[in-house]
Amino acid sequence: MIAATLRRQASRRVLPGFGLSLGVTLTFVSLILLLPLISLVGQLSQLSLSQYWFLISDPRILASYRVTLLAAAVAALFNAAFGLLMAWVLVRYEFPGKRLVDALMDLPFALPTAVAGVTLATLYSSQGWVGRWLETLGLPIAYTWVGIALAMAFTSIPFVVRTVQPILEDLPSEVDEAAVTLGARDGHAFRRVILPHLWPALVTGTGLAFVRSLGEFGAVIFIAGGKPFETEITSLMIFVKLQEYDYAGAAAVASIVLATSLALLLVINLWQGRFIRRLHGGGA
Amino acid sequence: MIRIGDAPGVRRLLIGVALVLTALFLLLPLVAIFAQALMGGIDLYWQNLSDRYTLAAIGLTLLVTLLTVPINLVFGIFLAWLVTRFTFPGRRLLQTLIDIPFAVSPVVAGLVYLLLYGRNGWLGGWLDGYDIQIMFAWPGIVLVTIFVTCPFVARELIPLMQAQGAREEEAAVTLGASGWTIFRRVTLPNIRHALLYGVILTNARAVGEFGAVSVVAGAIRGQTNTLPLQVEQLYQDYNTVGAFTSASLLALLALLTLAAKAALEWRAARRESLA
Repeated sequence: MIAATLRRQASRRVLPGFGLSLGVTLTFVSLILLLPLISLVGQLSQLSLSQYWFLISDPRILASYRVTLLAAAVAALFNAAFGLLMAWVLVRYEFPGKRLVDALMDLPFALPTAVAGVTLATLYSSQGWVGRWLETLGLPIAYTWVGIALAMAFTSIPFVVRTVQPILEDLPSEVDEAAVTLGARDGHAFRRVILPHLWPALVTGTGLAFVRSLGEFGAVIFIAGGKPFETEITSLMIFVKLQEYDYAGAAAVASIVLATSLALLLVINLWQGRFIRRLHGGGA
Repeated sequence: MIRIGDAPGVRRLLIGVALVLTALFLLLPLVAIFAQALMGGIDLYWQNLSDRYTLAAIGLTLLVTLLTVPINLVFGIFLAWLVTRFTFPGRRLLQTLIDIPFAVSPVVAGLVYLLLYGRNGWLGGWLDGYDIQIMFAWPGIVLVTIFVTCPFVARELIPLMQAQGAREEEAAVTLGASGWTIFRRVTLPNIRHALLYGVILTNARAVGEFGAVSVVAGAIRGQTNTLPLQVEQLYQDYNTVGAFTSASLLALLALLTLAAKAALEWRAARRESLA
Protein backbone atom coordinates (compact mmCIF):
# COMPACT_ATOMS: atom_id res chain seq x y z
CA MET A 1 0.00 0.00 0.00
CA ILE A 2 2.83 2.33 0.91
CA ALA A 3 4.47 1.53 -2.41
CA ALA A 4 1.26 2.36 -4.23
CA THR A 5 0.93 5.68 -2.41
CA LEU A 6 4.51 6.55 -3.19
CA ARG A 7 4.03 5.65 -6.83
CA ARG A 8 0.93 7.79 -7.06
CA GLN A 9 2.80 10.72 -5.55
CA ALA A 10 5.78 10.12 -7.81
CA SER A 11 3.64 10.27 -10.94
CA ARG A 12 2.72 13.83 -10.01
CA ARG A 13 6.34 14.86 -9.63
CA VAL A 14 7.88 17.02 -12.29
CA LEU A 15 11.51 16.04 -11.92
CA PRO A 16 12.73 12.55 -12.78
CA GLY A 17 14.70 10.20 -10.56
CA PHE A 18 12.43 9.90 -7.52
CA GLY A 19 12.27 6.10 -7.57
CA LEU A 20 15.96 5.67 -8.31
CA SER A 21 17.19 8.09 -5.66
CA LEU A 22 14.74 6.73 -3.08
CA GLY A 23 15.91 3.18 -3.83
CA VAL A 24 19.60 3.98 -3.66
CA THR A 25 19.20 6.05 -0.50
CA LEU A 26 17.05 3.56 1.38
CA THR A 27 19.33 0.67 0.46
CA PHE A 28 22.39 2.59 1.61
CA VAL A 29 20.81 3.87 4.82
CA SER A 30 19.52 0.42 5.72
CA LEU A 31 22.77 -1.39 5.04
CA ILE A 32 25.27 1.16 6.31
CA LEU A 33 23.38 2.90 9.13
CA LEU A 34 20.37 0.98 10.39
CA LEU A 35 21.44 -2.66 10.22
CA PRO A 36 24.60 -2.15 12.34
CA LEU A 37 22.69 -0.03 14.87
CA ILE A 38 19.96 -2.66 15.11
CA SER A 39 22.63 -5.27 15.80
CA LEU A 40 23.48 -3.31 18.95
CA VAL A 41 19.87 -3.59 20.08
CA GLY A 42 19.98 -7.29 19.23
CA GLN A 43 23.03 -7.80 21.40
CA LEU A 44 21.44 -5.88 24.27
CA SER A 45 18.19 -7.84 24.10
CA GLN A 46 20.09 -10.92 25.23
CA LEU A 47 20.70 -9.26 28.59
CA SER A 48 18.28 -9.11 31.49
CA LEU A 49 17.64 -5.74 33.05
CA SER A 50 19.66 -6.54 36.16
CA GLN A 51 22.57 -7.82 34.04
CA TYR A 52 22.43 -4.63 32.01
CA TRP A 53 22.39 -2.49 35.13
CA PHE A 54 25.31 -4.45 36.59
CA LEU A 55 27.38 -3.86 33.43
CA ILE A 56 26.77 -0.13 33.14
CA SER A 57 27.15 0.68 36.84
CA ASP A 58 30.47 -1.05 37.46
CA PRO A 59 32.56 1.34 39.64
CA ARG A 60 35.38 1.52 37.09
CA ILE A 61 32.87 2.39 34.35
CA LEU A 62 31.19 4.98 36.59
CA ALA A 63 34.60 6.59 37.18
CA SER A 64 35.12 6.71 33.40
CA TYR A 65 31.80 8.55 32.91
CA ARG A 66 32.95 11.13 35.48
CA VAL A 67 36.36 11.63 33.85
CA THR A 68 34.83 11.86 30.36
CA LEU A 69 32.09 14.33 31.36
CA LEU A 70 34.41 16.54 33.40
CA ALA A 71 37.13 16.72 30.75
CA ALA A 72 34.59 17.27 27.94
CA ALA A 73 32.90 20.07 29.91
CA VAL A 74 36.22 21.82 30.59
CA ALA A 75 37.25 21.41 26.93
CA ALA A 76 33.91 22.80 25.70
CA LEU A 77 34.08 25.82 28.03
CA PHE A 78 37.66 26.56 27.00
CA ASN A 79 36.61 26.42 23.36
CA ALA A 80 33.60 28.66 24.00
CA ALA A 81 36.01 31.41 25.14
CA PHE A 82 38.81 30.67 22.67
CA GLY A 83 36.41 30.17 19.76
CA LEU A 84 34.56 33.40 20.47
CA LEU A 85 37.84 35.31 20.65
CA MET A 86 39.08 33.79 17.37
CA ALA A 87 35.79 34.45 15.57
CA TRP A 88 35.83 38.07 16.78
CA VAL A 89 39.44 38.68 15.81
CA LEU A 90 39.03 37.03 12.39
CA VAL A 91 35.86 38.95 11.52
CA ARG A 92 36.54 42.38 13.03
CA TYR A 93 40.26 43.03 12.61
CA GLU A 94 42.83 43.07 9.84
CA PHE A 95 46.34 41.86 10.58
CA PRO A 96 49.20 40.20 8.67
CA GLY A 97 48.78 36.45 8.41
CA LYS A 98 45.03 36.58 9.00
CA ARG A 99 44.20 34.23 6.11
CA LEU A 100 46.74 31.73 7.45
CA VAL A 101 45.29 31.84 10.96
CA ASP A 102 41.80 31.43 9.50
CA ALA A 103 42.87 28.34 7.55
CA LEU A 104 44.69 26.93 10.59
CA MET A 105 41.43 26.92 12.57
CA ASP A 106 40.33 23.84 10.60
CA LEU A 107 43.54 21.92 11.30
CA PRO A 108 41.98 19.78 14.07
CA PHE A 109 39.36 18.49 11.59
CA ALA A 110 41.88 17.83 8.84
CA LEU A 111 44.53 16.22 11.03
CA PRO A 112 43.86 12.56 11.89
CA THR A 113 43.01 12.23 15.58
CA ALA A 114 45.70 9.59 16.20
CA VAL A 115 48.31 12.02 14.87
CA ALA A 116 46.98 14.75 17.15
CA GLY A 117 47.03 12.24 20.01
CA VAL A 118 50.66 11.14 19.72
CA THR A 119 51.79 14.71 19.07
CA LEU A 120 50.07 16.15 22.15
CA ALA A 121 51.29 13.24 24.27
CA THR A 122 54.85 13.88 23.09
CA LEU A 123 54.63 17.67 23.58
CA TYR A 124 53.13 17.47 27.06
CA SER A 125 55.05 14.48 28.47
CA SER A 126 57.63 15.23 31.15
CA GLN A 127 60.34 15.24 28.46
CA GLY A 128 58.30 17.18 25.90
CA TRP A 129 58.83 20.78 24.77
CA VAL A 130 55.90 22.09 26.78
CA GLY A 131 55.52 19.37 29.42
CA ARG A 132 59.08 19.88 30.66
CA TRP A 133 58.29 23.51 31.48
CA LEU A 134 54.96 22.84 33.10
CA GLU A 135 56.40 20.00 35.17
CA THR A 136 58.90 22.34 36.84
CA LEU A 137 55.95 24.62 37.64
CA GLY A 138 54.26 21.67 39.31
CA LEU A 139 51.63 21.24 36.57
CA PRO A 140 51.81 17.75 35.10
CA ILE A 141 49.54 17.48 32.05
CA ALA A 142 50.21 14.06 30.56
CA TYR A 143 48.46 11.15 32.30
CA THR A 144 46.03 13.48 34.15
CA TRP A 145 42.48 14.55 33.33
CA VAL A 146 43.89 17.95 32.30
CA GLY A 147 45.71 16.21 29.46
CA ILE A 148 42.46 14.53 28.42
CA ALA A 149 40.68 17.90 28.43
CA LEU A 150 43.51 19.42 26.40
CA ALA A 151 43.26 16.71 23.74
CA MET A 152 39.47 17.08 23.61
CA ALA A 153 39.81 20.86 23.33
CA PHE A 154 42.22 20.49 20.41
CA THR A 155 39.92 18.27 18.36
CA SER A 156 36.85 20.44 18.89
CA ILE A 157 38.30 23.94 18.33
CA PRO A 158 36.64 24.48 14.93
CA PHE A 159 33.07 23.98 16.18
CA VAL A 160 32.70 27.29 18.06
CA VAL A 161 34.79 29.34 15.62
CA ARG A 162 32.89 28.12 12.57
CA THR A 163 29.41 28.51 14.06
CA VAL A 164 29.97 31.99 15.52
CA GLN A 165 32.00 33.44 12.63
CA PRO A 166 29.19 33.68 10.01
CA ILE A 167 26.74 35.19 12.53
CA LEU A 168 29.28 37.85 13.47
CA GLU A 169 29.94 38.57 9.79
CA ASP A 170 26.23 39.15 9.16
CA LEU A 171 25.81 41.49 12.12
CA PRO A 172 25.08 44.98 10.71
CA SER A 173 27.33 47.83 11.86
CA GLU A 174 24.26 49.75 13.08
CA VAL A 175 24.21 47.41 16.07
CA ASP A 176 27.63 48.70 17.09
CA GLU A 177 26.83 52.30 16.31
CA ALA A 178 23.69 52.32 18.37
CA ALA A 179 25.55 50.99 21.39
CA VAL A 180 28.52 53.31 20.99
CA THR A 181 26.49 56.48 20.37
CA LEU A 182 24.47 55.72 23.47
CA GLY A 183 27.75 55.97 25.32
CA ALA A 184 28.33 52.38 26.34
CA ARG A 185 31.87 51.23 27.08
CA ASP A 186 33.33 48.35 25.01
CA GLY A 187 32.90 45.56 27.52
CA HIS A 188 29.42 46.65 28.50
CA ALA A 189 28.32 47.19 24.90
CA PHE A 190 29.67 43.78 23.88
CA ARG A 191 27.85 42.03 26.68
CA ARG A 192 24.55 43.83 26.28
CA VAL A 193 24.37 44.37 22.52
CA ILE A 194 26.58 41.91 20.62
CA LEU A 195 26.47 38.84 22.84
CA PRO A 196 22.67 38.41 22.68
CA HIS A 197 23.00 38.09 18.88
CA LEU A 198 25.82 35.58 19.13
CA TRP A 199 24.45 33.62 22.05
CA PRO A 200 22.51 30.94 20.08
CA ALA A 201 25.45 30.22 17.79
CA LEU A 202 27.82 30.18 20.73
CA VAL A 203 25.68 27.69 22.65
CA THR A 204 25.23 25.50 19.55
CA GLY A 205 28.96 25.47 18.81
CA THR A 206 29.85 24.75 22.42
CA GLY A 207 27.26 21.97 22.54
CA LEU A 208 28.67 20.36 19.39
CA ALA A 209 32.18 20.64 20.83
CA PHE A 210 30.95 18.91 23.98
CA VAL A 211 29.28 16.05 22.08
CA ARG A 212 32.37 15.57 19.95
CA SER A 213 34.58 15.54 23.06
CA LEU A 214 32.46 12.87 24.73
CA GLY A 215 33.13 10.48 21.87
CA GLU A 216 36.74 11.43 21.14
CA PHE A 217 39.11 8.49 21.22
CA GLY A 218 42.24 8.75 19.08
CA ALA A 219 43.39 12.14 20.34
CA VAL A 220 42.76 11.31 23.99
CA ILE A 221 44.06 7.79 24.69
CA PHE A 222 47.76 8.55 24.20
CA ILE A 223 47.88 11.47 26.62
CA ALA A 224 45.46 9.84 29.08
CA GLY A 225 47.75 7.01 30.08
CA GLY A 226 44.83 4.77 31.12
CA LYS A 227 45.08 4.77 34.91
CA PRO A 228 41.99 2.90 36.22
CA PHE A 229 39.51 5.17 38.06
CA GLU A 230 41.57 8.25 37.18
CA THR A 231 42.28 8.75 33.48
CA GLU A 232 40.16 6.16 31.70
CA ILE A 233 37.57 7.58 29.30
CA THR A 234 34.38 5.69 28.46
CA SER A 235 35.37 5.03 24.82
CA LEU A 236 38.51 3.35 26.11
CA MET A 237 36.45 1.14 28.43
CA ILE A 238 34.42 -0.06 25.43
CA PHE A 239 37.62 -0.72 23.53
CA VAL A 240 39.16 -2.67 26.43
CA LYS A 241 36.02 -4.78 26.82
CA LEU A 242 36.10 -5.63 23.11
CA GLN A 243 39.70 -6.78 23.34
CA GLU A 244 38.64 -9.07 26.18
CA TYR A 245 35.84 -10.41 23.92
CA ASP A 246 33.27 -9.09 26.42
CA TYR A 247 30.81 -8.11 23.67
CA ALA A 248 27.82 -7.85 26.00
CA GLY A 249 29.65 -5.47 28.34
CA ALA A 250 30.95 -3.38 25.45
CA ALA A 251 27.47 -3.16 23.92
CA ALA A 252 25.91 -2.15 27.24
CA VAL A 253 28.35 0.71 27.83
CA ALA A 254 28.15 1.71 24.15
CA SER A 255 24.37 2.02 24.45
CA ILE A 256 24.86 4.61 27.21
CA VAL A 257 27.34 6.58 25.10
CA LEU A 258 25.10 6.36 22.04
CA ALA A 259 21.95 7.41 23.91
CA THR A 260 23.72 10.35 25.55
CA SER A 261 25.17 11.73 22.33
CA LEU A 262 21.93 11.26 20.38
CA ALA A 263 19.91 12.97 23.13
CA LEU A 264 22.36 15.89 23.23
CA LEU A 265 22.31 16.21 19.45
CA LEU A 266 18.53 16.23 19.48
CA VAL A 267 18.44 18.95 22.15
CA ILE A 268 20.91 21.09 20.19
CA ASN A 269 18.89 20.66 16.97
CA LEU A 270 15.57 21.47 18.65
CA TRP A 271 17.03 24.48 20.42
CA GLN A 272 18.61 25.74 17.22
CA GLY A 273 15.35 25.18 15.33
CA ARG A 274 13.42 27.18 17.90
CA PHE A 275 15.91 30.01 17.65
CA ILE A 276 15.81 30.08 13.85
CA ARG A 277 12.00 30.18 13.93
CA ARG A 278 12.09 33.08 16.39
CA LEU A 279 14.58 34.88 14.20
CA HIS A 280 12.59 34.54 10.99
CA GLY A 281 9.16 34.80 12.58
CA GLY A 282 7.76 31.33 11.98
CA GLY A 283 8.18 29.14 8.91
CA ALA A 284 11.57 27.51 8.21
CA MET B 1 32.05 54.88 11.77
CA ILE B 2 32.78 53.68 15.29
CA ARG B 3 32.61 50.01 16.11
CA ILE B 4 32.94 48.16 19.37
CA GLY B 5 36.47 47.09 20.17
CA ASP B 6 38.08 49.36 17.59
CA ALA B 7 40.27 51.25 20.06
CA PRO B 8 43.92 50.50 19.18
CA GLY B 9 44.68 49.15 22.66
CA VAL B 10 41.78 46.70 22.68
CA ARG B 11 42.49 45.63 19.14
CA ARG B 12 46.18 44.97 19.79
CA LEU B 13 45.44 43.07 22.99
CA LEU B 14 42.83 40.79 21.41
CA ILE B 15 44.88 40.09 18.29
CA GLY B 16 47.92 39.41 20.47
CA VAL B 17 46.12 36.94 22.72
CA ALA B 18 44.51 35.23 19.71
CA LEU B 19 47.84 34.82 17.91
CA VAL B 20 49.65 33.50 20.99
CA LEU B 21 46.91 30.94 21.68
CA THR B 22 46.79 29.87 18.02
CA ALA B 23 50.56 29.45 17.97
CA LEU B 24 50.49 27.40 21.17
CA PHE B 25 47.50 25.21 20.42
CA LEU B 26 47.63 24.73 16.66
CA LEU B 27 50.96 25.75 15.18
CA LEU B 28 53.21 24.17 17.81
CA PRO B 29 51.78 20.64 17.44
CA LEU B 30 52.09 20.94 13.66
CA VAL B 31 55.73 21.99 13.91
CA ALA B 32 56.40 19.24 16.47
CA ILE B 33 55.22 16.52 14.06
CA PHE B 34 57.80 17.42 11.42
CA ALA B 35 60.52 18.14 13.99
CA GLN B 36 60.06 14.73 15.57
CA ALA B 37 59.94 12.98 12.20
CA LEU B 38 63.20 14.57 11.08
CA MET B 39 64.92 14.23 14.48
CA GLY B 40 67.15 11.41 13.26
CA GLY B 41 68.06 13.13 10.01
CA ILE B 42 66.73 12.82 6.49
CA ASP B 43 68.32 9.40 5.88
CA LEU B 44 66.51 7.82 8.79
CA TYR B 45 63.31 9.53 7.61
CA TRP B 46 63.56 7.83 4.21
CA GLN B 47 64.51 4.57 5.81
CA ASN B 48 61.43 4.71 8.05
CA LEU B 49 59.24 5.72 5.15
CA SER B 50 60.34 2.79 3.01
CA ASP B 51 59.79 0.30 5.82
CA ARG B 52 57.83 -2.73 4.58
CA TYR B 53 55.00 -2.29 7.08
CA THR B 54 54.73 1.46 6.53
CA LEU B 55 54.47 0.91 2.77
CA ALA B 56 51.77 -1.72 3.36
CA ALA B 57 49.90 0.75 5.58
CA ILE B 58 50.10 3.44 2.89
CA GLY B 59 48.76 0.94 0.35
CA LEU B 60 45.83 -0.09 2.54
CA THR B 61 44.97 3.54 3.36
CA LEU B 62 44.91 4.32 -0.38
CA LEU B 63 42.66 1.33 -1.08
CA VAL B 64 40.22 2.33 1.68
CA THR B 65 40.08 5.92 0.45
CA LEU B 66 39.70 4.95 -3.21
CA LEU B 67 36.68 2.80 -2.35
CA THR B 68 35.10 5.07 0.26
CA VAL B 69 35.16 8.42 -1.50
CA PRO B 70 33.36 7.40 -4.75
CA ILE B 71 30.73 5.38 -2.88
CA ASN B 72 29.92 8.27 -0.56
CA LEU B 73 30.03 10.70 -3.47
CA VAL B 74 27.34 8.79 -5.38
CA PHE B 75 25.23 8.21 -2.27
CA GLY B 76 25.54 11.87 -1.21
CA ILE B 77 24.28 13.10 -4.59
CA PHE B 78 21.34 10.70 -4.60
CA LEU B 79 20.36 11.62 -1.05
CA ALA B 80 20.63 15.35 -1.68
CA TRP B 81 18.58 15.02 -4.89
CA LEU B 82 15.95 13.02 -3.04
CA VAL B 83 15.47 15.32 -0.05
CA THR B 84 15.76 18.65 -1.86
CA ARG B 85 13.78 17.90 -5.04
CA PHE B 86 10.90 15.83 -3.66
CA THR B 87 8.62 15.87 -0.66
CA PHE B 88 7.58 12.54 0.81
CA PRO B 89 6.69 11.15 4.21
CA GLY B 90 9.78 10.49 6.33
CA ARG B 91 11.95 13.12 4.65
CA ARG B 92 12.82 14.80 7.95
CA LEU B 93 13.58 11.45 9.55
CA LEU B 94 15.94 10.58 6.72
CA GLN B 95 17.81 13.85 7.17
CA THR B 96 18.16 13.17 10.90
CA LEU B 97 19.33 9.60 10.32
CA ILE B 98 22.12 10.72 8.07
CA ASP B 99 23.58 12.83 10.89
CA ILE B 100 23.98 9.85 13.22
CA PRO B 101 27.58 9.03 12.20
CA PHE B 102 28.58 12.53 13.35
CA ALA B 103 27.09 11.98 16.80
CA VAL B 104 28.31 8.43 17.31
CA SER B 105 31.64 7.87 19.00
CA PRO B 106 33.98 6.17 16.50
CA VAL B 107 34.58 3.29 18.89
CA VAL B 108 30.82 2.70 19.09
CA ALA B 109 30.68 2.80 15.29
CA GLY B 110 33.35 0.11 15.13
CA LEU B 111 31.53 -1.91 17.78
CA VAL B 112 28.17 -2.03 15.99
CA TYR B 113 29.90 -3.30 12.84
CA LEU B 114 31.74 -5.89 14.88
CA LEU B 115 28.45 -7.05 16.38
CA LEU B 116 26.90 -7.41 12.93
CA TYR B 117 29.77 -8.85 10.89
CA GLY B 118 31.77 -10.56 13.64
CA ARG B 119 31.84 -14.35 13.84
CA ASN B 120 28.86 -14.33 16.25
CA GLY B 121 26.95 -11.63 14.40
CA TRP B 122 23.86 -12.18 12.24
CA LEU B 123 25.59 -11.50 8.96
CA GLY B 124 29.06 -12.53 10.07
CA GLY B 125 28.01 -16.08 10.93
CA TRP B 126 26.24 -16.46 7.61
CA LEU B 127 29.15 -15.05 5.59
CA ASP B 128 31.53 -17.28 7.54
CA GLY B 129 29.80 -20.26 5.96
CA TYR B 130 30.96 -18.98 2.57
CA ASP B 131 34.47 -18.28 3.91
CA ILE B 132 33.99 -14.55 3.55
CA GLN B 133 35.65 -12.60 6.30
CA ILE B 134 34.67 -8.97 6.79
CA MET B 135 35.99 -8.19 10.25
CA PHE B 136 39.73 -8.03 10.91
CA ALA B 137 40.23 -7.66 7.16
CA TRP B 138 40.13 -4.81 4.64
CA PRO B 139 36.39 -5.03 3.80
CA GLY B 140 35.54 -4.26 7.43
CA ILE B 141 37.84 -1.26 7.44
CA VAL B 142 36.20 0.03 4.25
CA LEU B 143 32.70 -0.47 5.70
CA VAL B 144 33.31 1.46 8.93
CA THR B 145 35.08 4.21 7.00
CA ILE B 146 32.04 4.54 4.74
CA PHE B 147 29.89 4.76 7.88
CA VAL B 148 31.86 7.53 9.59
CA THR B 149 32.24 9.62 6.41
CA CYS B 150 28.82 9.19 4.78
CA PRO B 151 27.28 12.52 5.94
CA PHE B 152 29.98 14.85 4.52
CA VAL B 153 28.94 15.09 0.85
CA ALA B 154 25.20 15.16 1.59
CA ARG B 155 25.68 17.83 4.26
CA GLU B 156 27.46 20.12 1.82
CA LEU B 157 24.92 19.58 -0.96
CA ILE B 158 21.59 19.72 0.88
CA PRO B 159 21.61 23.36 2.08
CA LEU B 160 22.94 24.57 -1.27
CA MET B 161 20.46 22.63 -3.40
CA GLN B 162 17.65 23.72 -1.10
CA ALA B 163 18.63 27.37 -1.51
CA GLN B 164 18.98 27.09 -5.29
CA GLY B 165 15.57 25.51 -5.74
CA ALA B 166 14.44 23.32 -8.62
CA ARG B 167 13.31 25.98 -11.08
CA GLU B 168 16.17 25.55 -13.56
CA GLU B 169 15.77 21.79 -13.56
CA GLU B 170 12.01 22.05 -14.03
CA ALA B 171 12.59 24.32 -16.98
CA ALA B 172 14.91 21.71 -18.46
CA VAL B 173 12.22 19.04 -18.04
CA THR B 174 9.66 21.11 -19.92
CA LEU B 175 12.21 21.48 -22.71
CA GLY B 176 12.29 17.69 -22.87
CA ALA B 177 15.70 16.96 -21.35
CA SER B 178 16.33 13.54 -19.88
CA GLY B 179 17.20 13.02 -16.21
CA TRP B 180 20.86 12.36 -16.87
CA THR B 181 21.16 15.38 -19.13
CA ILE B 182 19.49 17.61 -16.54
CA PHE B 183 21.88 16.43 -13.89
CA ARG B 184 24.95 16.81 -16.06
CA ARG B 185 24.09 20.13 -17.72
CA VAL B 186 22.04 21.95 -15.07
CA THR B 187 22.55 20.54 -11.58
CA LEU B 188 26.21 19.57 -11.64
CA PRO B 189 27.60 22.97 -12.71
CA ASN B 190 25.63 24.61 -9.89
CA ILE B 191 26.84 22.26 -7.16
CA ARG B 192 30.38 21.67 -8.42
CA HIS B 193 32.15 23.57 -5.64
CA ALA B 194 30.11 22.16 -2.77
CA LEU B 195 30.61 18.68 -4.20
CA LEU B 196 34.35 19.12 -4.38
CA TYR B 197 34.37 20.47 -0.85
CA GLY B 198 32.44 17.46 0.40
CA VAL B 199 34.87 15.14 -1.36
CA ILE B 200 37.85 16.89 0.24
CA LEU B 201 36.34 16.48 3.71
CA THR B 202 35.38 12.85 3.05
CA ASN B 203 38.87 12.13 1.81
CA ALA B 204 40.55 13.71 4.84
CA ARG B 205 38.43 11.78 7.29
CA ALA B 206 38.69 8.50 5.35
CA VAL B 207 42.47 8.67 5.40
CA GLY B 208 42.63 9.61 9.05
CA GLU B 209 39.89 7.58 10.75
CA PHE B 210 41.32 5.85 13.80
CA GLY B 211 38.80 4.86 16.50
CA ALA B 212 36.34 2.92 14.33
CA VAL B 213 39.06 1.34 12.23
CA SER B 214 41.10 0.22 15.21
CA VAL B 215 38.11 -1.73 16.55
CA VAL B 216 37.54 -3.72 13.34
CA ALA B 217 41.12 -3.98 12.03
CA GLY B 218 42.46 -6.47 14.56
CA ALA B 219 46.00 -5.03 14.36
CA ILE B 220 47.60 -7.54 12.03
CA ARG B 221 50.95 -5.98 11.22
CA GLY B 222 51.48 -5.39 7.52
CA GLN B 223 47.96 -6.56 6.68
CA THR B 224 45.23 -4.56 8.41
CA ASN B 225 47.17 -1.51 9.57
CA THR B 226 46.11 1.74 7.98
CA LEU B 227 48.45 4.70 8.30
CA PRO B 228 46.90 6.07 11.53
CA LEU B 229 47.07 2.58 13.09
CA GLN B 230 50.69 2.33 11.99
CA VAL B 231 51.36 5.61 13.83
CA GLU B 232 49.85 4.14 16.98
CA GLN B 233 51.70 0.85 16.74
CA LEU B 234 55.11 2.43 16.21
CA TYR B 235 54.43 4.88 19.04
CA GLN B 236 53.50 2.03 21.42
CA ASP B 237 56.74 0.27 20.37
CA TYR B 238 58.65 3.39 21.52
CA ASN B 239 59.75 3.99 17.92
CA THR B 240 58.96 7.72 18.16
CA VAL B 241 60.82 8.75 15.02
CA GLY B 242 59.10 5.99 13.04
CA ALA B 243 55.68 6.95 14.40
CA PHE B 244 56.18 10.60 13.52
CA THR B 245 57.45 9.68 10.05
CA SER B 246 54.06 8.13 9.28
CA ALA B 247 52.36 10.99 11.15
CA SER B 248 54.19 13.54 8.98
CA LEU B 249 52.65 12.01 5.85
CA LEU B 250 49.19 12.42 7.37
CA ALA B 251 50.01 15.96 8.52
CA LEU B 252 51.15 16.82 5.00
CA LEU B 253 47.84 15.57 3.68
CA ALA B 254 46.01 17.64 6.30
CA LEU B 255 47.88 20.75 5.12
CA LEU B 256 46.93 19.97 1.52
CA THR B 257 43.32 19.63 2.65
CA LEU B 258 43.41 23.03 4.33
CA ALA B 259 45.00 24.61 1.27
CA ALA B 260 42.41 23.10 -1.06
CA LYS B 261 39.61 24.26 1.22
CA ALA B 262 41.02 27.80 1.42
CA ALA B 263 41.38 27.93 -2.36
CA LEU B 264 37.77 26.84 -2.86
CA GLU B 265 36.50 29.42 -0.38
CA TRP B 266 38.56 32.15 -1.96
CA ARG B 267 37.16 31.37 -5.42
CA ALA B 268 33.62 31.30 -4.06
CA ALA B 269 34.10 34.66 -2.33
CA ARG B 270 35.52 36.19 -5.50
CA ARG B 271 32.62 34.98 -7.61
CA GLU B 272 30.22 36.43 -5.08
CA SER B 273 31.90 39.83 -5.17
CA LEU B 274 31.85 39.80 -8.99
CA ALA B 275 28.18 38.87 -9.14
